[in-house]
Amino acid sequence: MSENKLLVTFSPHIRDSVQTDKIMLNVIYALIPAIAVSIYYFGFFALKTYILTIIFTLAFEALFLKIRGRRITLDDNSALVTAILLAMNLPPASPWWLILIGSFIAIVVGKQVFGGLGQNPFNPALVARVFLLISWPAQMTSWIKPTPIIENFNFDSVSAATPLSQAKTELISNGKILTDFSDASAYFLGNIGGSLGEISAIALILGGLYLIYKKIISWHIPVSYLASFLIIVIPYWLFFPDKSLSPFIHLFTGGLMLGAFFMATDMVTSPITKKGQIIFGVGCGVLTAVIRLFGGYPEGVSFAILIMNAFVPLIDYYIRPESLGEAEKV
Amino acid sequence: MTNGFIGGIHPDYKKTLTADKPIEKLSYEKDEIVSVPLSQHIGAPAQELVKKKEQVLCGQKIGASKGFISTNIHSSVTGEVVSIGNLNSPLTGKVKGINIKISNPEDSPKQIDTGKKFQDLILEAGIVGMGGATFPTHVKLSPPKKIDTLIINGAECEPFLTCDYRLMIESTEEIIKGAKIIQDELKIEKLIIAVEDNKPEAIKAFNKYIHGFNFEVKALPTVYPQGGEKQLILSVLGRIVPEGKLPLEVGVIVHNVATCKALYDAVENGLPLTERAVTVTGAVKEPKNLLVKIGTPVSKLIDACGGYVGEPEKIVIGGPMMGFSANTTDMPVSKATSGVIVFRKEDLPSLKMTNCIRCGRCVSACPMGLVPAIMEQFAISELYERLLDWHVLNCIECGCCSYVCPARRPLVGYFKTGKRQVMNIVKERENK
Repeated sequence: MSENKLLVTFSPHIRDSVQTDKIMLNVIYALIPAIAVSIYYFGFFALKTYILTIIFTLAFEALFLKIRGRRITLDDNSALVTAILLAMNLPPASPWWLILIGSFIAIVVGKQVFGGLGQNPFNPALVARVFLLISWPAQMTSWIKPTPIIENFNFDSVSAATPLSQAKTELISNGKILTDFSDASAYFLGNIGGSLGEISAIALILGGLYLIYKKIISWHIPVSYLASFLIIVIPYWLFFPDKSLSPFIHLFTGGLMLGAFFMATDMVTSPITKKGQIIFGVGCGVLTAVIRLFGGYPEGVSFAILIMNAFVPLIDYYIRPESLGEAEKV
Repeated sequence: MTNGFIGGIHPDYKKTLTADKPIEKLSYEKDEIVSVPLSQHIGAPAQELVKKKEQVLCGQKIGASKGFISTNIHSSVTGEVVSIGNLNSPLTGKVKGINIKISNPEDSPKQIDTGKKFQDLILEAGIVGMGGATFPTHVKLSPPKKIDTLIINGAECEPFLTCDYRLMIESTEEIIKGAKIIQDELKIEKLIIAVEDNKPEAIKAFNKYIHGFNFEVKALPTVYPQGGEKQLILSVLGRIVPEGKLPLEVGVIVHNVATCKALYDAVENGLPLTERAVTVTGAVKEPKNLLVKIGTPVSKLIDACGGYVGEPEKIVIGGPMMGFSANTTDMPVSKATSGVIVFRKEDLPSLKMTNCIRCGRCVSACPMGLVPAIMEQFAISELYERLLDWHVLNCIECGCCSYVCPARRPLVGYFKTGKRQVMNIVKERENK
């Protein structure tokens, strides 16, 4: 017996089977319904965007880990998650150079400059989205009409507005919303214009519930986010029905579901305690509602989450749970 | 039903390997050597009382308690002292001990003087807490405050271990009588025996004696670390032991079931503590619960179980959550040794470390309500003042945080070492 080389380590000597790469993989599994819906409605455009984003993102991750002299840790799956989330935040017909720049911003500016996995204060995919939105507003808001691949196999794009942007445009130019948005089932299923990953509320909710069921995320951020959002949007809609979309449409369009279940819950950039997560979620909800109702942009999810990301260190610092039988400070 | 306390984990318990194996008495041959460590407890090591070449009797005191928190050490065999030297120890690396060559393997321990005052008798018998912490029992039995409840800890929440479970089934009456002795001596109103609900046979065994003796059996949810003193008191009585304080602060003392059995043997039969039950399990041919003389080399225990299955990669002394990994099996069983667990490479978890992804699992798992992920940063950057502010001294080192960490951060390891530094800071402040 080769007992002279027995392994000596700190306790504990057994571990839970869940590891970082599996957590990331579960996030990807949870995104599958939304990915499927986007491919169903945007076909070739969607596929191209996903594939290019994944290639560019993984390449930048590998390259910059190498430059920083670190082990190439693509196998932790974190860059893959960022890639898919970034693709979901892009318009379906994004040009390749936009994807390239977005991938660079996400991985290099959003993640590696801070020290890589776990060290970044802001959600990398959102940093990239906001950067692109401000730098190339035209390309970032040119939406195409969803066309189910079973109905139509040509790759022509017909431009279409998102419900939120259409409402905002009408509100700004006419002082009130003119279009009748009452046929709401399309918003729920995903038959609307928008970024790849934000069109189907049902697919995102399914994925989010899967993550909660798998205990990858907890309910605290999504619930506090959506609830605080509604608490502002519902009264506003009751008082000014012609200046606001219905809460239902607000809830199921734009990036709200994607944000509430997949972006705000990014564990690296959200508070670590449950109490902190509720504060964070409420902040996201309030900011999203305020930007959507009163801001110049039709959509406020990205801005809201990024702003709240900045508060996370502060929240973590002040919201320390009381430990068992805690004594006065020595 | 809630845990009673916050957090905790549900590891794979693996207790079925040995749960049905009655405690088997290990046999010894003439000329075998046992190595009795002089430090088998928290506090000052015992002072040796014998010299090389001296003949000792089984049960003879060979180490004397030195100081208040210390206890006596007895020879577990009859034989000749062949040497006094450094023994391997899972805790400290090396510990002074006495090597004795057995001359008469059949000898049973010689009796101690039972005419003494209760606490002195327990000290004389060298009894320590056998749940793993090895706090000298006579000290715990001299509370400076009124105690209203005695809790007997039969939780045995560590995976793999079944020696307490077997003891509860096989020595039920002795454990109860031992507990009753403590209750009577200290005039404690209430006696509660607490057992995790994954040990229904033990609960049944205790319940049989409820009418003869006046006590209560409490079944607790199975969750690690249910057997931690502070968790146990919270689960059983709903009382919270303040940080940095002992259970007696809330009128409670807790004793492990094996300690009660040892105490009964000392008081009723005059037997010093020279043997204990050990669960030998994992990758051995036949996992067993063994009754072992203190000082027996771990290698003998493994041989008694038919040897290894496959190639041993890691050997843990104690439970898998809080036990220590040994670098050799040339190491004696001490009063603290509740288990010997052999792991092959394929039984061990992957320890591939990534950066912390702030998933918060450690926060949810911590049974003390701490925030390990943030405390880890303070520990790495040696910000010990901050570590103190985040109540690292409240850490019970149960290992739940490390267990659940998907990034495989060695969290509890940081806190074990960090606590020592923080203690120095606290001492410095007090001296100012």
